[in-house]
Amino acid sequence: MLEPIWQPLAQVAKELDAGRLSSVELTTQVLHHIEATEPKIHSFLTLTPETALEEARAADERRARGERGPLLGVPIAVKDVILTKGVRTTAASRILENFVAPYDATVIRRLREAGAVFLGKLNCDEFAMGSSTENSAFGPTYNPWNLQRVPGGSSGGSAAAVAAGQCFAALGTDTGGSIRQPAACCGIVGVKPSYGRVSRYGLIAYASSFDQIGPMARTVADCALVLEIIAGRDPRDATSAAQPVPRYSAELERPLRGLRLALPQECFGEGVQAEVRDAVLSAVRWFESQGVAVVETSLPHSRYAVPTYYLVATAEASSNLARYDGVRFGLRLAEEAGLLTMYGRTRASGFGAEVKRRIMLGTYALSAGYYDAYYLKALKVRTLVRRDFEAAFTRADVVAMPTAPTTAFRLGEKTGDPLQMYLSDIFTIAANLAGLPALSLPCGFDQEGLPIGLQLVGRPFQEAQLLAAAHAYEQAHPWKSQHPSL
Amino acid sequence: MEKPTSVAVRKMDYEAIIGLEVHAELLTASKMFCGCSAKFGAPPNQNTCPVCLGLPGALPVLNRRAVEFAIRAGLATNCRIELFSRWARKNYFYPDLPKGYQISQYELPICVGGWLTLDTEEGEKRIRLARIHMEEDTGKNIHDAQVDASLVDFNRSGVPLLEIVSEPDMRTPQEASAYLRKLRQILQYLEICDGNMEEGSFRCDANVSVRPRGSEALGTKVEIKNMNSFRHVERAIEFEIGRQVRALREGEPLVQETRLWDPEREVTRSMRTKEYAHDYRYFPEPDLPPVRLNREWIEAIRQSLPELPDARRSRFVQQYGLPAYDAEVLTSRRDLADYFEAVVASGASPKAASNWVMGDILRVVRERELDRHLRIDQWPVAPNFLAQLIQLIESGTISGKIGKTVFARMLETNRAPEEIVRTEGLVQITDEGALLSEIQQVLAENPDKVAQYRSGKEKLFGFFVGQVMKRTAGKANPQKVNELLRSLLESS
Amino acid sequence: MPLDRSVVQNIAHLARLELNAEEEAQYLSQLENILGYFRSLDEVDTSGVEPATEIVDPGDVVRDDVVDNPPAGEELLANAPSRHGRFFRVPKIIE
Repeated sequence: MLEPIWQPLAQVAKELDAGRLSSVELTTQVLHHIEATEPKIHSFLTLTPETALEEARAADERRARGERGPLLGVPIAVKDVILTKGVRTTAASRILENFVAPYDATVIRRLREAGAVFLGKLNCDEFAMGSSTENSAFGPTYNPWNLQRVPGGSSGGSAAAVAAGQCFAALGTDTGGSIRQPAACCGIVGVKPSYGRVSRYGLIAYASSFDQIGPMARTVADCALVLEIIAGRDPRDATSAAQPVPRYSAELERPLRGLRLALPQECFGEGVQAEVRDAVLSAVRWFESQGVAVVETSLPHSRYAVPTYYLVATAEASSNLARYDGVRFGLRLAEEAGLLTMYGRTRASGFGAEVKRRIMLGTYALSAGYYDAYYLKALKVRTLVRRDFEAAFTRADVVAMPTAPTTAFRLGEKTGDPLQMYLSDIFTIAANLAGLPALSLPCGFDQEGLPIGLQLVGRPFQEAQLLAAAHAYEQAHPWKSQHPSL
Repeated sequence: MEKPTSVAVRKMDYEAIIGLEVHAELLTASKMFCGCSAKFGAPPNQNTCPVCLGLPGALPVLNRRAVEFAIRAGLATNCRIELFSRWARKNYFYPDLPKGYQISQYELPICVGGWLTLDTEEGEKRIRLARIHMEEDTGKNIHDAQVDASLVDFNRSGVPLLEIVSEPDMRTPQEASAYLRKLRQILQYLEICDGNMEEGSFRCDANVSVRPRGSEALGTKVEIKNMNSFRHVERAIEFEIGRQVRALREGEPLVQETRLWDPEREVTRSMRTKEYAHDYRYFPEPDLPPVRLNREWIEAIRQSLPELPDARRSRFVQQYGLPAYDAEVLTSRRDLADYFEAVVASGASPKAASNWVMGDILRVVRERELDRHLRIDQWPVAPNFLAQLIQLIESGTISGKIGKTVFARMLETNRAPEEIVRTEGLVQITDEGALLSEIQQVLAENPDKVAQYRSGKEKLFGFFVGQVMKRTAGKANPQKVNELLRSLLESS
Repeated sequence: MPLDRSVVQNIAHLARLELNAEEEAQYLSQLENILGYFRSLDEVDTSGVEPATEIVDPGDVVRDDVVDNPPAGEELLANAPSRHGRFFRVPKIIE
């Protein structure tokens, strides 16, 4: 049998229910494992062992009183762009280095009610802007499968922690691929829900019309368990959707027969690592062997997804990040030099290079004289990207493609060339532009032993269908029992 | 060639083009996008939360009532209510703006078009409205000399505002101020804004330009800020017109700029705007869905609108036969007009009621500063009591003079006038026998004055009346006293 | 629409980012590179296409007009870099 820390979330909850393990014991084991592995991986920005053990004790008491629940007493961790009351929440930025969240995000509140144990806050690219976690102001995270490689980003800390057995599940956020791409890089499952599925209240905004919080875990079922707790309408988020939330974990066994899978031709051409293409196509063949109809499709505007995304998202970001002005919270520099200098120097020193680059880009896209040519144009192309998917969904239920064109790249490999870094999001961005649910799950390894991700994209609010398809594949393929050796 | 004689004469050659932008704070209980109290006057930063402080992660959620109030304002000013309107972010940095952007409406406001009517010396004049849109208020920067810093209070941050933009249809400072008064009156009737200019819940910026009379071209537009009374608005626009005319006459260039009214020195002065070159980078607010309205709701709001001031004023003239002036004063406030109608409904004659309400009631209201509130709930005397008092006078039970006494006692005691008259023995003496004996007493006590009167000093008549009133504690019916006294003095 | 140093300076000013000359030059060349690539959007015919301002139809979450926030506690002000009592303190603003 697996050590408790490597068990799936659903399994460990059973152990806790049976009384073979207490949450305090489990949390203690996990904390020891973190202590042992953290120097190599650096997935955490803040660890909260004391409160974690308190929460574990409280969960044990709740269980003793007869309460049950898949997350009750289970240690998880949270990307550091999500507010956790009383705990430092930095967005991996100097500008929030000492910011103590005065309230809980809605997702955190829901997970607390479910009895989750919070281990701490996970590293990421600053303000979730990046694809490698190298943009963290507090140093990069290392891929547990190969410490010379990035874990992907921006939720690189979340992916690495889950892959390294440092937690049973983590929350990530996905604006242009920031859950799926690191999930692929680290060989785990990551779900980006439909836009509006999960409340954004308490998520430090990067690009409001894209951002979604989602679960990252070692199995599809574990993601389903977390998603059904955090999803749903929130009176504090006007963009949260009213659709009822299915019990995703109860719908995993939906049969595959009758499902139609579409393969967009654009996602298998030049620039895709051969092993990635082969692994994804082999996964598609497995679906076909299970009675799934596979059709070729085209997403003709997907080649414009990167510029479209980087114009709209940075425009929103330039506005969302205006509140970091040194007045009410966060870093303040040069106040003696007057207001204008205080603003300019605080923000210039508090933000890292990539964040400043995106603020500049977004400010430019919105500024007088450029709005129509850049921002408005991009919004129109965004409509066309969405229509591409609508057309594909007339003939198929799920679109399948690689999560990323390559496996995890080397640290430092792309830091000198922002545009190359942006292009690593090329397959994930379209789902964000269209607000669609999408997930990444492991579908093999390349020759260097680096994980490969298969991406499935579904219709709005059809997460259950995606999860069921992914679960069926996962059941037939034993990737989930492989762990990085640390 | 024409010879200019004075600035005043020269001014006649120019006309001013004036447009006004009004910011009206809405009387919702909570703020526009969060559940904080929108009340004025709390201790610093008490009415704040993550949303209105612009903390990381906070999101706005729209207050339905603010939308209802905007629709009310639009309907009452003849605007078209848009079934689809959108929120936009207006981006700029300022310490009182917590998020670094203001949530406002830009391309698609909720109300478009519209007008309101002014009574001017030349008759009725229609001032068109360009638009009404919703937005959130900012916090407040307080400039504290003592601490050599500015202090920021976010209690006002997120209070719902309407921005009401007129077309440039006004030509004189007086028209501008009449427009503002009219607009404020309508908002107060709708009970959506208290209209308090000193506290800043009704604020106004003016756009002023001048051009040679007869010209169609528009001159250089100057925006004036910081006017917090009707008087300031008039004075500031007056000053600005003078300044611009002088500049044109002397061939000096005018710059498009924002100027601040300095109420102490009574001048407008240029703001240091270069440092804050504005490019607001408006774009659709991604945190809020567009405002979608249905016609049923708009119709329901239309049905619930109160009778508006213009309609009510003409009705007062027609229905109660009041002079236009009375109708104007009585309908100046909705609660005052309601009070007047309650007095009439309780049985008072309209003109007498009007005199009492415009006279004694308004005097007390002002003395007690009851009109500081949008709606007076506690009137100095209840309307049915005022009606009773008027009936007591009109039936001759008490004299008008005693009426004033009774009114004063009503103010002190809150008792019914009938009760006061009865228990304090204030019923008028009309009995001729009783009056005659009092008069005879007075004449008997003043034989020398009687003689003087009869020898032509007729001014003494008043003295005798006064003496009779004194003896009867003012209760004698003055007409009867006059009659009887005259006949006695003139007879023997 | 050529990008030049003065545009970069204006953007940096609007965004309240104090850049030194070296950073200005660096951002100028990076933005030129990125925006050059982004000009590929010009190829797309978007005539008659509505801009995507709403991603999904989220219904309409609105609030009733109810005061349900407690008076702000210390924790909301505690992150302030400078305070004067319950006020946030900033350098003197000159108008």
